[in-house]
Amino acid sequence: MDFLTIIQVLDSTVRLATPLLLACLAGLYSERAGIFDIGLEGKMLAAAFFSAAVAYATGSVWLGLLAGIASSLVLSIIHGLASITFRGNQLISGVAINFLAAGITVLVAQDWFQQGGRTPSLPREARFNPIDLPLSETVADVPILGPIYSELISGHSILVYIAVLAVPLTWWVLYRTRFGLRLRAVGENPAAVDTAGVSVIGLRYAAVMICGVLCGIAGAYLATALQAGFVKDMTAGRGFIALAALIFAKWRPWYALWSTLLFGFLQAIALRYQNIELGNFVIPVQFMDVLPYILTVVILAGFVGRAIPPRAGGEPYVKER
Amino acid sequence: MTAPAIELKGISKAFGPVQANKDISISVMPGTIHGIIGENGAGKSTLMSILYGFYKADKGEIFIKGTKTQIPDSQAAIAVGIGMVFQHFKLVENFSVLENIILGAEEGVLLRPSLAKARKELAHLAKEYELNIDPDALIENLSVGHQQRVEILKALYRRADILILDEPTGVLTPAEADQLFRILDRLRDEGKTIILITHKLREIMDITDTVSVMRRGEMTATVKTSETSPEALAELMVGRKVLLRVDKVPATPGKTVLEIKGLRVIDDKGVERVKGIDLTVRAGEILGIAGVAGNGQSELLEVLGGFAEGTGSIRVNGVALPLSGKGADGQARRHAGIAHVPEDRQREGLIMDYTAWENIVFGYHLDPEYQSGLLMDNTGIQTLAQEKMDRFDVRPPHPKLAAKNFSGGNQQKIVLAREIERNPDLLLVGQPTRGVDIGAIEFIHQQIVNLRDQGKAILLVSVELEEILSLADRVAVMFDGHIMGERAPDQTDETELGLLMAGITEMPDKPIIQAIDEQFDHQQKEREGEQNG
Repeated sequence: MDFLTIIQVLDSTVRLATPLLLACLAGLYSERAGIFDIGLEGKMLAAAFFSAAVAYATGSVWLGLLAGIASSLVLSIIHGLASITFRGNQLISGVAINFLAAGITVLVAQDWFQQGGRTPSLPREARFNPIDLPLSETVADVPILGPIYSELISGHSILVYIAVLAVPLTWWVLYRTRFGLRLRAVGENPAAVDTAGVSVIGLRYAAVMICGVLCGIAGAYLATALQAGFVKDMTAGRGFIALAALIFAKWRPWYALWSTLLFGFLQAIALRYQNIELGNFVIPVQFMDVLPYILTVVILAGFVGRAIPPRAGGEPYVKER
Repeated sequence: MTAPAIELKGISKAFGPVQANKDISISVMPGTIHGIIGENGAGKSTLMSILYGFYKADKGEIFIKGTKTQIPDSQAAIAVGIGMVFQHFKLVENFSVLENIILGAEEGVLLRPSLAKARKELAHLAKEYELNIDPDALIENLSVGHQQRVEILKALYRRADILILDEPTGVLTPAEADQLFRILDRLRDEGKTIILITHKLREIMDITDTVSVMRRGEMTATVKTSETSPEALAELMVGRKVLLRVDKVPATPGKTVLEIKGLRVIDDKGVERVKGIDLTVRAGEILGIAGVAGNGQSELLEVLGGFAEGTGSIRVNGVALPLSGKGADGQARRHAGIAHVPEDRQREGLIMDYTAWENIVFGYHLDPEYQSGLLMDNTGIQTLAQEKMDRFDVRPPHPKLAAKNFSGGNQQKIVLAREIERNPDLLLVGQPTRGVDIGAIEFIHQQIVNLRDQGKAILLVSVELEEILSLADRVAVMFDGHIMGERAPDQTDETELGLLMAGITEMPDKPIIQAIDEQFDHQQKEREGEQNG
């Protein structure tokens, strides 16, 4: 395997890890505040469709992004109402959102575009296109560092950079601000927050909304940057992989970056090497495709160390009695 | 004349059909310690939660320092200078002391300046009130006594001048409780107003200036502490005369019934909770195990009762019992002559949704006498249950009522009726009177003593030192999984036992509280070491 191939695989890793990272951070905000969210998948899917549809209709990818975020936020509000205001079961609400999104995207897509539940392909100007960072042309010929900069670091869409910047930002918000302290506290012991005179409901809604925004960006990225348009079920379980990555990351922002990169790497390998030959034995492409999912199952089964979730996670807050 | 610090007028609060507070009026003068005493479920905590904005009253008015005040949430309570130390601490376990202190009282959007300010302020408060604590320690590594300090510091940091403490001594060793009271004294001298909620008569007599008695949601009396007596207060609480001491003759111990050697228990988190203990209990005596909650007593009971596994040896009437695997279950233990009144009656002693008669045979339901052919002899069991409930004075005496509809004391009587009536050789009793009203305490204690007088062996675990001292014929103190020593109740006192409860076996040459502090600090270091290692 030559150097350029490695760079290309890593480049592909970054692109594939981006939606996972955004969704993982989305889940991180929500779960750190004590609201489990298995509806990441559904929110991304809804955002993917509406961003593609609006970008196609208006020709503006930025309007598409806003539409994606808005649709994801609507689902977030539903999840918030069900699990915070009405103290319902957070898992059931999440499952419902996934079903809702899976059905409604295809239905509306068919009604609007008559292309079998997909949007038409987005023209170039209605997509997020790669950005060439300054000097990437000039340094491309420098050995080693040149390709790393021009191929790996430069040449991604703006959303990739936003996702990566969201990591230190999330860390800073969580550990260096008042909001972060309260957010972490409300996921651990909401009664402590309540008796300290801070609104548990307000904090949890804030977290769920942030989760909605990030899922919206993740979905828009899928349909307007990674691919050119929406197709049925295009999230392909990424919301669940992001949840697994979140557990793997022990609910911490930097770990989230590394764990989603690992998942992205596995997907990139599967994409690049269809059949891997090891002597006489051929590893079939299906096996490579299934690797990220196997890793997900392994992580969820708890084989990777002890991850302690936020203590009040999944439980609606009810004052005693 | 100064206005009362707190004045409540006609406060009422109902939870569904349960009237927790009925038309309560109370007035507390500044610079005093006001006790509120009452049995469990009398409505003390509800009333104070209303004052702290945790619950909303259905009716009534609140005046703070003479001004009518609305307290819709805790923020409003904090704003008028009220601080509360809840019975179950409201701390974030994996946060540091400092983070817990500033939570909700941060200076600005960024944490750093708030933390720095709190650190300075904490050092100042620590000096002023002898509330020493490591600001960077994680709450989960602190002893409960120190966690309580954090709660008090939280209130002081918010400049509270009205401090409410809900059952603050339940989790403390006697020396720690004494220190807490010294701090409260000090706060009172500075003009702060303190409300102390407790069910312990002694604490009320020791420290309060005035005391209000609550019974079944109503305020039955408010009196000056100096003008009342424990007996009078107990009568006001229960509504009839109660005997505060247990009547019993000296024990006449017979042969050894229970013999424990080198018992170790590791809990499901991998932490060793019982670290090799030896104990014997003989027929006709009560061995009391004293200790602060969480020092291995619960695990000891669980292993003996057959619902946790351990290593070492346990013999009952000379027969070795398996400590793990087959035969180490509740059923086998019952066959070996052990009856068990578990610590947590609602989770381990009863099935709350089942009726009283079902609960009364539960665990013994396979016994031949309860069978009728292939089926259970329900009519027979119900008749039997009725008899047992009558004998144990369970009120209301309806076998068909679900366990959850009985009061704490009557639930406990149902468990006792089940266990004692099977005539065991050894009775394990955990926290027999936790959450039980005074009237029922008297009865339950008498039943335990009667069983002893019938020549049965009894192992009693309780965190209430008074209960241990009045019931037990021998007292063993447990600390950090070890038995620190055994004493005869009439040759020891609360100070000595309190030191043992803190893991100190010799009378220290420095102030007691300092010795206890050092001991707990040592433990905290160990726990931190385990986490890092």
